[in-house]
Amino acid sequence: MRPLPRFVASIDQGTTSTRCILFDQSGRLVAVAQAEHQQHYPRPGWVEHDAEEIWRNVCRVVPDALAQAGALPEQVVALGIANQRETTVLWERATGRPVGRAVVWQDTRTADLVQELAGEHGPDRFRDRCGLPLAPYFAGPRLRWLLDHTPGLRQRAERGEVLFGTMETWLIWQLTGGPDGGVHVTDVTNASRTMLMDITALRWDDTLLDAMGVPRAMLPQIRSSSEVYGLATAVLPGTPIAAALGDQQAALFGQTCFAPGEAKCTYGTGSFLLLNTGTEIVRSGHGMLTTVGYQLGQEPARYALEGSIAVTGSLVQWFRDGLGLIRSAPEIETLAMTVEDNGGCYIVPAFAGLFAPHWRSEARGLIVGLTSYVTKGHLARAVLEAVAWQTREVVDAMDADSGLRLESLRVDGGMTADHLLMQILADVLDVPVIRPMVRETVSLGAAYAAGLAVGYWADLEGLRRNWHRAGQWLPAMDPERRDREYDNWSRAVQRSMDWVRPGPPGG
Amino acid sequence: MPGSVQSIERAAAVLRLLSGGAGRLGCVEVANSLGLAKGTAHGILRTLQEVGFVEQDRPSGKYLLGAGLLELTAWHLDPNELRSLALNWTDTLAARSGEAVRLGVLDGPAVLVVHHGFRPDDTEQSLDVGSHRPAHACALGKVLLAYDAGAAALALRGVLPAYTPLTCATPHRLSAALAKVRAQGWAFEAQEREMGEAGIAAPVRDRGGLTVAAVGITGAVDDLCDSDGAPRPALLALVQSAARAISRELAPGS
Repeated sequence: MRPLPRFVASIDQGTTSTRCILFDQSGRLVAVAQAEHQQHYPRPGWVEHDAEEIWRNVCRVVPDALAQAGALPEQVVALGIANQRETTVLWERATGRPVGRAVVWQDTRTADLVQELAGEHGPDRFRDRCGLPLAPYFAGPRLRWLLDHTPGLRQRAERGEVLFGTMETWLIWQLTGGPDGGVHVTDVTNASRTMLMDITALRWDDTLLDAMGVPRAMLPQIRSSSEVYGLATAVLPGTPIAAALGDQQAALFGQTCFAPGEAKCTYGTGSFLLLNTGTEIVRSGHGMLTTVGYQLGQEPARYALEGSIAVTGSLVQWFRDGLGLIRSAPEIETLAMTVEDNGGCYIVPAFAGLFAPHWRSEARGLIVGLTSYVTKGHLARAVLEAVAWQTREVVDAMDADSGLRLESLRVDGGMTADHLLMQILADVLDVPVIRPMVRETVSLGAAYAAGLAVGYWADLEGLRRNWHRAGQWLPAMDPERRDREYDNWSRAVQRSMDWVRPGPPGG
Repeated sequence: MPGSVQSIERAAAVLRLLSGGAGRLGCVEVANSLGLAKGTAHGILRTLQEVGFVEQDRPSGKYLLGAGLLELTAWHLDPNELRSLALNWTDTLAARSGEAVRLGVLDGPAVLVVHHGFRPDDTEQSLDVGSHRPAHACALGKVLLAYDAGAAALALRGVLPAYTPLTCATPHRLSAALAKVRAQGWAFEAQEREMGEAGIAAPVRDRGGLTVAAVGITGAVDDLCDSDGAPRPALLALVQSAARAISRELAPGS
């Protein structure tokens, strides 16, 4: 009798849903199961999740995926986790009950606190040590806020009665027994988003812990991204839990960007570009984040530069819902194809200011170059071009920071279905743009890291062989025209600056 | 909340069918195009005739759109939206079959390629989205013609160039090939467009049964066919399963 096929299971614990995907040895998707969880908005700017609901969803989607594939739990050789980053969970060690709801990465309640922490030093106060500027985005300030605002919490945390974690920490603890011997660990990529870890030593840093006022007793142990943290006692009893990565880092790994200079961009509502910088820690002069890309077992950690583009998919959504010029997001391509070019029109989507690499919060969006010639087709094209030029700005800043010249860009995410956008992207970046066969790169990255840890895959070369192109777009724009268009775009960006003037609130 | 009414979905599919191509179809042609029993198609046509959405041409007995529909705009599925819905399934089909995948819609007498996924072997390939292929000489096109009686009638009246000795280049051969597609629910083509190449395709249908696109694989004859020259059952099953999955994406909740 032939032995039963073996799979790696991947849990992608995301912002709106939790998914379990099974992959086979060729890295092909075998089954997908998904469950959404509720978003809680108790006050303006606050976003919370119920960590118990998310754990219940994990307990549901894993068996669902197995059932879909007709597989038995013993056919799963390892489990990897990719997770929404910077979301902060606190729970009681003795009972496993969360202390309040998890505070989500989008939550801005720590805005005042990070200003206070920055003080006269400015937002880069801890940048040398942790690679990050002070911003409401990261987990450490969120933990401090909870310690400050929950009566009695600090004392309980100091006594080790309350534990801290990001989502992967919470799930690994639950999977390995919870109150009954659960393993309390995080991985270097998630730890690198807390502002509490020394990014060189890859250890919790006393200076940072003191400054942030966080008791060490509540912190998980920092481990690599790919090693056996423990065996599951729930959901898949006996299966090694063998990987954890933040979702964007997981996508970098799933795209097999293993060499310095290799980069991926995930195009969603916003977009995240990560560039592998190898074992070198590159400090950005242009507001990019320095982060850990991944660490495999005992090997040295690989670092990455991260640049985010706030408004990409959401620009198309605005075009659909705000302007009503299209019925569905993919129709933007149809509309843009009705014209040859942008007709001289540029859209700068600085809806909440300009982000990397400009960092101008007083900027606002604009449409410039309007003449009576411009139609909605030209506007549609300007929307797609805005996504591409924003990517170019981030790539240029990373090139300048790292000295690494991008040779191609690997893309994933929903917007990669838009062929015109992908072609424009290749044209403005002047490098090939490549879409891989497996679009679920986040889940695949966690599966790869877990499979490596247990020997299901032998090495990185084997993973590279699994990676296949599903589509490729080559640059086809005349260099002179590219320069002229970049100049026009840059002038449009200049004009968006200094729009909001300081004034009375609401004025 | 009440669910969908199947007969209304079918009626909509009949109207869409009559709105394209040659415009006048008999009851049997409608039934064949939509995969309906003849009695069901007849009932729908009579009902639509009563509400003025369909008229019957007296001498021929064929049906055409009625005056009551004049103010309604033509129906159209955006090809880029179609690609967006189909992408995960076409990728899966390429990964599992090891062959190049295309999604096509009818555009006049030709198939317009709306999506193309590379054969997963990392050889140099270039995307041919936006290009056209002769409908009568490829598996995608045979599926689309088989389930669109109007377009088939136009194709059978038009020129049918022979690309190879095996192309269905006469109305008789093409008509027989389309009947076979309807009987088996999928299309196969070996060396009809290019020597050495074969293709397998299946219909993507909306809720009412209207075929809105075709999805298929192409590859070397030896890879796609078994020793009898028939498509390999495992590959055929993958194509059909992808077509069903994309059809489900078009009709969420069903």
